[in-house]
Amino acid sequence: MIESQLPAIIALTFVLFALLIPLFGIWNRQVAQPLAVLGSGLAATFSLMAFITYLNTGSIRYFFGGWQPPVGIEFVYDGLSGFILLVINSVAFLTLIYARRPGHMEFKGKEPAYYALAMLMMLGFNGMVLTGDLFNLYVFLEISSLSSYALISIGNKPAPFAAFRYLIIGTAGGTLYLLGVGYLYTNTGTLNIIDMSAMLPMLVDNSSVVTALILMIVGIGVKAAIFPMHGWLPDSYTYASTPSSTLIAPIGTKVAAYVLFRIMLYLFGVELTDAVVPISYIVGVFACIGIIYGSVMAIAQTEMKRMLAYSSVSQIGYIIMGLSLANPFGFAGALLHVLNHAVMKACLFMITGNLRYKEGHSNISLFNDSYRKKYPWTMASFSVAAISMVGLPPLAGFFSKWYLALGTIDNSNWLFLAVIIVSSLLNAVYFFRILEKVYMKNPDADTQGETAKDIEYDDVSFSMMSPMAVLAIGLFVIGFANAAIVTILLDIFPI
Amino acid sequence: MVDFFTGHYAYWFTLILLCVGLYGIIFKRNLVKKTIGLAILQASVVLFFVSIASKWDATVTVIDKNIPVEQVESYLNPLPHTLMLTAIVVGVATLGVAFTLLIAIYNRYGTLDEQELLEEIQ
Amino acid sequence: MDLSIVPLLAILVSLAAVPLILLSSAKPNLREAWTIIAGLIKFSLVLTLLPGAIEGNSVELHLFDLAPGLPLALNADPFGVYFAVIASGLWIFTSFYSIGYMRGAGEKKQTRYFASFAVCLSATIGIAFSANLLTFIVFYEMLTLATYPLVIHNEKREAINAGRKYLAFTLTAGLLLVAASAIIYHYTGTIEFTPGGVFGDIELPRNTMLVVFILFLGAVGVKAGIMPIHGWLPAAMAAPTPVSALLHAVAVVKSGVFAVTRMVGFIFGTDVMATYGLNDILIVLAGATIILASLIAFAQDNLKRRLAYSTVGHLSYIVLGIALLTPLGMTGGIMHIAAHATMKITLFFCAGAIYVNLHRTEISNLNGIAKVMPWTMGAFAVGSMGLAGIPPINGFFSKWHLILGSLEGDMIIPVIVLIVSGLLNVGYFFPILYRAYFNKGEGLEKYGEASPFMVVPIMITATLSVLFGLFPNLFFNFFDLAVLVSESLFNGGTP
Repeated sequence: MIESQLPAIIALTFVLFALLIPLFGIWNRQVAQPLAVLGSGLAATFSLMAFITYLNTGSIRYFFGGWQPPVGIEFVYDGLSGFILLVINSVAFLTLIYARRPGHMEFKGKEPAYYALAMLMMLGFNGMVLTGDLFNLYVFLEISSLSSYALISIGNKPAPFAAFRYLIIGTAGGTLYLLGVGYLYTNTGTLNIIDMSAMLPMLVDNSSVVTALILMIVGIGVKAAIFPMHGWLPDSYTYASTPSSTLIAPIGTKVAAYVLFRIMLYLFGVELTDAVVPISYIVGVFACIGIIYGSVMAIAQTEMKRMLAYSSVSQIGYIIMGLSLANPFGFAGALLHVLNHAVMKACLFMITGNLRYKEGHSNISLFNDSYRKKYPWTMASFSVAAISMVGLPPLAGFFSKWYLALGTIDNSNWLFLAVIIVSSLLNAVYFFRILEKVYMKNPDADTQGETAKDIEYDDVSFSMMSPMAVLAIGLFVIGFANAAIVTILLDIFPI
Repeated sequence: MVDFFTGHYAYWFTLILLCVGLYGIIFKRNLVKKTIGLAILQASVVLFFVSIASKWDATVTVIDKNIPVEQVESYLNPLPHTLMLTAIVVGVATLGVAFTLLIAIYNRYGTLDEQELLEEIQ
Repeated sequence: MDLSIVPLLAILVSLAAVPLILLSSAKPNLREAWTIIAGLIKFSLVLTLLPGAIEGNSVELHLFDLAPGLPLALNADPFGVYFAVIASGLWIFTSFYSIGYMRGAGEKKQTRYFASFAVCLSATIGIAFSANLLTFIVFYEMLTLATYPLVIHNEKREAINAGRKYLAFTLTAGLLLVAASAIIYHYTGTIEFTPGGVFGDIELPRNTMLVVFILFLGAVGVKAGIMPIHGWLPAAMAAPTPVSALLHAVAVVKSGVFAVTRMVGFIFGTDVMATYGLNDILIVLAGATIILASLIAFAQDNLKRRLAYSTVGHLSYIVLGIALLTPLGMTGGIMHIAAHATMKITLFFCAGAIYVNLHRTEISNLNGIAKVMPWTMGAFAVGSMGLAGIPPINGFFSKWHLILGSLEGDMIIPVIVLIVSGLLNVGYFFPILYRAYFNKGEGLEKYGEASPFMVVPIMITATLSVLFGLFPNLFFNFFDLAVLVSESLFNGGTP
């Protein structure tokens, strides 16, 4: 009986904890983070239960208040939303475990507020993924956005400014999306995604429908950091505090990408999207530009967080490119990359957080080979994550690129294939550069005095190390198990 | 041809407000003015939704004793209004967050000019 | 007796040795013992597969699905067993030699060295036994990653730059291989190594075939040292000599030509190659490489660099043999894999012994050293004469088959190339021998022969070169295996 209500329960868990944390926080500030972990843990467990239910019995549709569409609002738990939900809730759980000590260092005394905002943001993301109603999606979009603006502004000195710029452009994007929804409502009379997808084939020539699609893509594209609307991302991820960037980076853009999947593949469907204007192809081209641009900019960075931010721009390009291919392999590759990138980026931001926690900075030009002795586990996780980002088997990163490559070949899209190859090489440049610095003595330095023997093991504590280690090991697991995952993903593809 | 302009007043106003809002966001250097631009942008979309809810000779969506509820043509479409209530609230919340951020920025940097702030941060 | 687990064990035994090596880093003798034990076990395991391979049998092992429909699978077919015997056998000698070299030269980071070596051999055997392209890619990339620590071993600026160049070339090659495999998979639905090729009756437009072939060539040509993508090989001589000996004369580069053979015989198939004229491209490139490499070798004063260019030239002997698409030519090419391995490893071992013993690396400094290092230089003489093609060393035997093969195919130019190159070989080896034997040496009074750990392996490999030249089927039935493999590729079917 509980299965049919799981979609609502997952979202409501976050609401509940968003209320409990400030309440308990007034009594004792230390309780905030464990409660957040508990909340996200429960949500992750429920997501897993729901996914298993989905695999056994199929989609779950939950109608709020019993009101059927088009009158009522519903949550739709199908393969796509279930998969994304599982990914974001699990990563959030690990990140919130990690956030304990960095949070202590970076925003001591404000924990209840911080974790309550984190819960609200996760509520927003979960709602976006689950909802089956277009306007409801806007509401959850704004919930998550406002919370993330607040979370980003808790950081160094430039953080509020970065958050403000993100606010301006993010809200503008959301408003454009809302306008698009308005156009669709005017034409179809409903806001329910499933109902509307049945009506849209009849309206395919209507120019306002096409405009609506473009508005929605541009609007959500801002949130998904598709080139050229990615401008907010580097500053926001760089100046935010460690727990914020570790929480937002793996999850935020993925949920926006999910919305694009929903709109382009489910709401409109593959044929309709391209009926008037070859939108898929144009989106794909922008994605490719973003991939190359992100990789090139990442190479030029000296600060690790900024480098990872540009890397994120590049990686989200892969996902959008997979979406634009609109064939089963591209779809599977893109979703697998959602999973892979979430795991890899969370791991990488945790590593950066570890370095900032111990060294006080994450400036690459100051890295040296004492890190190898001081932080062996952190650096080992970095090696694993870096190799996976470059895309070497048998780690997870290889397989998403493999399926994306198969998808591009299915469409005879040689340009996209070349972009995948070139960008993997560019990825290798900026990751291996750090590995070189960390694992080998600088050959040009003439410090013969400081021997490696004087440096002691000083790696981070368990609460910071275990989520990072779990994620790094997860990359191996996903790599070896990806046949099973991809089989599920190929099934989800809407013909 | 004239009808293209006169028959669609609401849409033209929406478009004009949208452009004014975008102009404010992109071209104004003062952060408060950008926020105002944002508010205007949101207002334009609210205007659009409200305008599509209207019908000829229809009254507001408050039950009037003289007009039975089943007589749907006499009442405006309430759904967009409902949606816009939510959207306006979202807008207000956004403005609240924006102003909080502006205060934080002002406290840290002493200026609200985008150019100066960018120079400070580099 | 069920042999199917043997290929997997052969790969895993040296991986299992890695943690043991890492843990014994404080006790060098124990640590080296692990390497030797692993090498002996690996060699014996591979030998158990030899009788079956001579009959023409293959041992298959299907591990698990890496991707839907694409398993991680091993197939110890005759060609794979051939390569595995060479690689694992020579590893034993290299391990003994390494002990002498590393201790004699007082090298640091020996644990990392021996551990990486063990992983490399695992990867090499994995490459030998791969049943399909995806498995091959996994082990190919593993080899790249495992050889990197060996290339940058002494961590000086020269070594690090060599490492970067190496990675740049090999990672690009790996990515091209992924792209090419994906394209083949798309068109034929299979990427299993099949004697006679996977194309069957499928016909593709000439341009597509050409593009796929060029991609493959780029991928395998890097490791096989085909010009102009051979650039990493001379640079990688910055590595310690045992690394150069085994990896760059035997394992890595032989993996490259192994891949070329797999590509020509088992993916494209001899019929397809001939139909589309693809082998002509190979013949031209191989022929040009042979001549150019031999010419460049003349100009090198550094002994190892001269040997490096000699390797580049001789690898193209093998490629040329394969490209001739005649049974005798192929046999010759495959035989040269073994012949060049034993001869070149002898030469590199000698170069290392000279460096450790006399601290000399430049040829102009090698005057009169035959008086103090008679055994070493004797072996050097044997190896270089064999490479020049002088009977009765095994180099002559394989070269003879190459010439016969090219005559069999009515091609006279390869014959000319081979003869000219033989003369050039004499031209760049003879001066070394002349200097060593007939010139007056300076500053050699206090030196004797190198340590037995080094001299004994040198003598054994040199003797093996002579023995294999006289009795090609001695011990391992190399000749029979080579004939078997090459026949199988021309009958388009049975191995």
